[in-house]
Amino acid sequence: MWRWLHPYAKPEATYRLVDKLLPWFAAFTVVSLAVGMIWGLAYAPADYQQGDSYRIIYIHVPSAIFSMAAYFAMAVMGAIALIWQIKTAEWAIPAIAPVGAAMTVVALLTGAIWGKPMWGTWWVWDARLTSELILLFLYVGVMALYYAFDDVRTGAKAASILAIVGVVNLPIIHYSVEWWNTLHQGATITKFERPSIATSMLWPLLVSLLGFKLLTISLVMMRFKNELLRHELHRPWAQKELSADKELSDGV
Amino acid sequence: MAFESFGEFLQMGGYGFYVWLSFFLSFLVIAGVALDAALGRRRLQRQSQTLQRRKRRLAKRQQSPVKESTR
Repeated sequence: MWRWLHPYAKPEATYRLVDKLLPWFAAFTVVSLAVGMIWGLAYAPADYQQGDSYRIIYIHVPSAIFSMAAYFAMAVMGAIALIWQIKTAEWAIPAIAPVGAAMTVVALLTGAIWGKPMWGTWWVWDARLTSELILLFLYVGVMALYYAFDDVRTGAKAASILAIVGVVNLPIIHYSVEWWNTLHQGATITKFERPSIATSMLWPLLVSLLGFKLLTISLVMMRFKNELLRHELHRPWAQKELSADKELSDGV
Repeated sequence: MAFESFGEFLQMGGYGFYVWLSFFLSFLVIAGVALDAALGRRRLQRQSQTLQRRKRRLAKRQQSPVKESTR
């Protein structure tokens, strides 16, 4: 396995792999998001308590889940960067952080907009909401640390450490609705129990989850490709790759 | 279909404002990230071109140092 994996520590090989996979991920993102959103908005039945307002769930839950999943992935990259000193893992951190932060923002925004008609308030300092807000601050902190040093690798190390330490927030977000008495409702889907949602509403949610998963991965891949090129800009393969984009080279 | 007409679909049982606002803002945030990545590539392209131009200039200067100094 290591023999197979090792060439991917080389930026060019990683770039080729990501470049090959990205169109597929992007295409499946568009299809699954379109199906999930249309199904959730137009075909799933209205909720017996929340009416049609519950349809926000089809973006709220997926974005919240992948805001946490992206954070975990970023922390794993940080650990790999610290332990094995692999540069491509360091570069994955600035590729993941803004995407994860965007997912967190989407989760917070849709949560607030859902909270207004259901709870009567945009925001409460409740355990679930507060811990998700802390997740956003962690993302911002990781990005700020990454760029705060003149030496890029020092910044990457500092950001890695913060990312790893911040993982402690993930179980807090996850269990906050059980540990504390919160305004936020309990989990809709859990791994071990039957989902607390009707099948006709669950299927579009699962499709949306797939869509957001692919979306998160696609956005990270786009940014990661840029990071690889940025650090290898002086190398012939990167220059060749960039000069292959025609649209701009004619204009300048 | 959970709605009788397109008008009803837009109204979302009275929650239209909240539902559409959340979908619209989410789209905006995500489109922003995608656009930033696309622009990032263009910035890199420009940087790479500047780098290559400078390299070409240096190579030329080394070939004909006299001509360059009279300029």
